[in-house]
Amino acid sequence: MQLLEQGRPAADRWLRVADAAPIPDDVAALIGLERLAEVPAGRTAPLGVVVGPATLPEELAPLLNRVALIAVAFPKFRDGRGFTLGRALRERFRYGGELRAVGHVLPDQHLFLLRCGFSAVEVADGADLAPWTAALGRFHTAYQAMVTDKATLRQCMRRFG
Amino acid sequence: MDGLDRTAPQVTAGIYKYDAYDRQFLRDRVAEFRGQVDRRLAGALSEDEFKPLRLMNGLYLQLHAYMLRCAVPYGVLSSDQMRQFAVVARRFDRGYGHFTTRQNIQFNWIKLEEAADAIATLADADLHAIQTSGNCIRNVTTDEYAGAAFDESVDPRVYAEILRQWSTLHPEFSFLPRKFKIAITGAARDRAAIQLHDIGLAARRDASGAVSFEVWVGGGMGRTPILAYRIRERLPEAETIAYLEAILRVYNALGGRENIHKARIKILVRDVGQARFTELVEQEYARLPRERYRLEPEVVAAIQAHFAPPPFAVLPQADAALAAACDGDAEFAAWVGRNTHPHKVAGYISAVISLKPIGGIPGDCSAAQMDAIADLADRYAFGEVRVSHVQNLVLAHVRKDELYALWQALRPLGLATGNVGLLSDIIACPGLDYCALANARAIPVAQLIAERFADLHRQHDIGSVYINISGCINACAHHHVGHIGILGVDRKGEEYYQITLGGSATNDARIGDIVGPSFAYDQVTDAVETILRSYLAIRQAGELFIDTYRRTGLAPFKEALYATA
Amino acid sequence: MQAKVKARGTQPLVVTANRLRDGRVVWLGGGGIWSERVGDAAIFDGAGVAAGLSAAAQAEAEQIVVAPYEVEVTLKPGGPEPLRMRERVRVVGPSVLAPSVLAAGMLAEAAE
Repeated sequence: MQLLEQGRPAADRWLRVADAAPIPDDVAALIGLERLAEVPAGRTAPLGVVVGPATLPEELAPLLNRVALIAVAFPKFRDGRGFTLGRALRERFRYGGELRAVGHVLPDQHLFLLRCGFSAVEVADGADLAPWTAALGRFHTAYQAMVTDKATLRQCMRRFG
Repeated sequence: MDGLDRTAPQVTAGIYKYDAYDRQFLRDRVAEFRGQVDRRLAGALSEDEFKPLRLMNGLYLQLHAYMLRCAVPYGVLSSDQMRQFAVVARRFDRGYGHFTTRQNIQFNWIKLEEAADAIATLADADLHAIQTSGNCIRNVTTDEYAGAAFDESVDPRVYAEILRQWSTLHPEFSFLPRKFKIAITGAARDRAAIQLHDIGLAARRDASGAVSFEVWVGGGMGRTPILAYRIRERLPEAETIAYLEAILRVYNALGGRENIHKARIKILVRDVGQARFTELVEQEYARLPRERYRLEPEVVAAIQAHFAPPPFAVLPQADAALAAACDGDAEFAAWVGRNTHPHKVAGYISAVISLKPIGGIPGDCSAAQMDAIADLADRYAFGEVRVSHVQNLVLAHVRKDELYALWQALRPLGLATGNVGLLSDIIACPGLDYCALANARAIPVAQLIAERFADLHRQHDIGSVYINISGCINACAHHHVGHIGILGVDRKGEEYYQITLGGSATNDARIGDIVGPSFAYDQVTDAVETILRSYLAIRQAGELFIDTYRRTGLAPFKEALYATA
Repeated sequence: MQAKVKARGTQPLVVTANRLRDGRVVWLGGGGIWSERVGDAAIFDGAGVAAGLSAAAQAEAEQIVVAPYEVEVTLKPGGPEPLRMRERVRVVGPSVLAPSVLAAGMLAEAAE
């Protein structure tokens, strides 16, 4: 997999742990949410979880201080639940760690993802990154506040005031 | 626009004017779409991936060609924008367009390889096709007499424009479970069908002048017609965006994703129950950072300024010239009786241009007619045209003493049919003549019925009755809420039509009742005639069709329809 | 695609789609040619249509057509006629062009 962080190609420092594999305690490990109970309380290496699209933000709230990466799975690009989940984690729960979109997303959704608070997106190996970066430079104005903006609606809905 | 070689008026009706930001945004959007088309033609996007992207730019693949649905935001057009539709019709289509029940216009013969050029041509006149399809927030619709109607307390265009901006390429709500439609009214009589939308807003003004909204949610037609319920009785203006965000967030997180037929918000509301749904929305609303989503009064004022009333002349309410013209011309008098709506300013009136000539295609308009209407709008109506949700056009602000001249100009264009609200003012979707989803044709059924009752005197005797004909259960022609609703169904590859009676889309909204087994194509006109004969036989003094139906119910009509069967 | 083909009766079949670049209705003819005229369509029987659908799937993968499928027809002297109303409309076009609109449309086409 290739990784785009804030739109730029980046090396993935996380180890995606397969479902049956042991969870290593000395590297940044990305595990399925359902395996969280297996993680020892004294773990010091970074921990990330993959969550399904039906996950509600309040389910994740208790573990936000334990994880440094939340990877939201998009089973199909048409399934937009992840946008609401991402926005809620940032806006409502002030989650400050990495928020990554994984699964089936399109370059045309790249800007929406960042505007909803995602910091990274996983792209299939071999896929051309050009449309992904082009999508970020496409629009020069927006009608809504970005979730990570300090600005209020009034300042961001340009033309207003 | 230089305004030198046109009849363009010096002063125009208030209309939202694009600024540099809006225009840049449209150019960016055209470039994005052009790239998407190129990727599709080159094979970099599959049809499955391209489809939702083209749909969000209003491009469908229909039976014979691609169809482009252009937005007419809340149904308001400048005369120059109307002329630009004529340009698109001539350059990229076959010289005509079709106005829809969602106050938009559709072109039926677009080529994919020219679609980006067509959209760029629209953008030249600040027009676009953004979010006219797809699982996103669609064109916000409203009252075609907004800013003019005598019974209006709040101009809904101001809020429709604010919602247009808020919903345009909304990063969170562009991949919803299903399409999402919002309607707004600001008048005593609901002419926007707010109880049949995903969200309906009724604006009210209190004694102090403050605006608030009644919020309705969960209405819709289609396969499962459901009326909306009132989730908030009085939402302050400043909270509008925050509350709508809360509703959309609950819907996006919990709406059905498995089955396309169970994905609208109405199904979520039905499944969790109104009380629980209200609780979920109120919870979400309570924890929103409300300051961020506050709709400030100065924002509203800035948008309001775009919709400032045109410079009306000071005129008497009763107009001698109009009265004299009516006295001297019975046909004109009959047209005035049907095709006008009272205006809030003395000496003015709103005029309806019927797109339902007898035997014509409901909602269709040729490029030549579009150009002519634009010129008449400049001459008589401050350069502005409205599209109504019953597929007619409206000149909202016409001087009463110029109405006769306007009517005389409309006649040779085939645009002076005096049938608004009468039987031949039929609402019909494109149906199986064009639409890939349709089961049966709708347009020729409308034509057959209109021709059967072509005599306007007979139509006047029958009085106001709305006939809505949809070619499939998606209900684009709103058959569920027609006084007489006709739904095309497919029986072993042949066209059949199911009839419903007693629907209504306004304040007393109601889903119509199915009369019984469906009728074959060549039986539908007889069935409609039987229904209307029954009504004429049993009506009491002063009763319209809908009144009689409400008094008697289905029984006498059912009996008449199926007695011989 | 294979699953769809089963359970067909003895009714002759043709394969149709819309052309990607302009959306026009096309029919699969002999030699893999896509024609705008149903009269050019290759006629398949229930067992043979799989080959037609396979050629159509290939054309879809090459960005020539969109969403191909098979259509039941009866063979008339003028050419194959689809059984279903929907497909008959696709053969002849809209049944409802109003004269004024048609005239305007022809003028527009002549001007191209």
